[in-house]
Amino acid sequence: MSLNKNDLNVGDVYSEEVCNNLSRTQIVQYAGSSGDYNPLHSDEIFTTQIAGYPSVFAHGMLSMGMTGRMLTNYVGDGRLTAFGVRFTSQVFPGATLTATATIEAIREENGEHFIDLSVSTKDSEGVEVIKGQASARVDA
Amino acid sequence: MAVDKFPIEAGHIMLFARSIGDANPIYYDESYAKTTEPGAVVAPPTFVQASAQFDPDYFLRPKIGQEWFGSAKGPTGITEKKGGGGGGAGGGLHAEQHYVYHKPLKAGDTLTATVKPGNSWEKEGRRGGKLMFSESVTEYRDLSGDLVVTATSVGVRTERPATS
Repeated sequence: MSLNKNDLNVGDVYSEEVCNNLSRTQIVQYAGSSGDYNPLHSDEIFTTQIAGYPSVFAHGMLSMGMTGRMLTNYVGDGRLTAFGVRFTSQVFPGATLTATATIEAIREENGEHFIDLSVSTKDSEGVEVIKGQASARVDA
Repeated sequence: MAVDKFPIEAGHIMLFARSIGDANPIYYDESYAKTTEPGAVVAPPTFVQASAQFDPDYFLRPKIGQEWFGSAKGPTGITEKKGGGGGGAGGGLHAEQHYVYHKPLKAGDTLTATVKPGNSWEKEGRRGGKLMFSESVTEYRDLSGDLVVTATSVGVRTERPATS
């Protein structure tokens, strides 16, 4: 299920809902799998009373991980050559996120073919939480 | 984070894939994975972040027998710093993360991670006061010394909690 450059055009868009009503428990799962146990992500008492945030919030890397799922579903497994993001807004429990990739360029390098993508993940209010780019190898 | 030995384990990949809500069978099912182009269970694109599990000094994991800054009987377990920011609570957040993938990362691989400091810079924030950015570059190599993933992380520290 890899992409072929002959089927692709600059401006093509691929989009996926990557989480719906994000639970505190999923954030805890991510803390456990990643090893980042910062209380800001799971400990409401510490986060509100000591750190001064309105609530616990997701690891930026959880949002990036969920966005990466959209990318691998689009470009295929083992095809990404680069993936980078800025965390533009915090993601709080209850968030529903949609991740979108847009083809910005289709190029050839040393006989192999690649696509460059812009990446954006937004919540249900349209607030962008991830802004980034990715590249992937495609078939010719 | 610097790590001497980061074993890429199938069970860890399964837990990680679950936590990011990714049901792709290549992360769960070895016999399915053999039929795919990579030909093996591979790690999701952001998996190397979990090398924190294998960094003995990783500061965001409670250490056995030591105080932890999260809540316990009180809102923070750090007794001497009561109300004083709780071990950097208002502090570091993750601003950017960039990966370059040099070869597929497969279950059964073992990586080492070495860290090089990158640039640091300051910016005036809109709501959080002064923002202090710092970059670090982690090179993940396999046992033959080949570069597998290059990870560039940008952290930001704020003078007070920055909510968006």
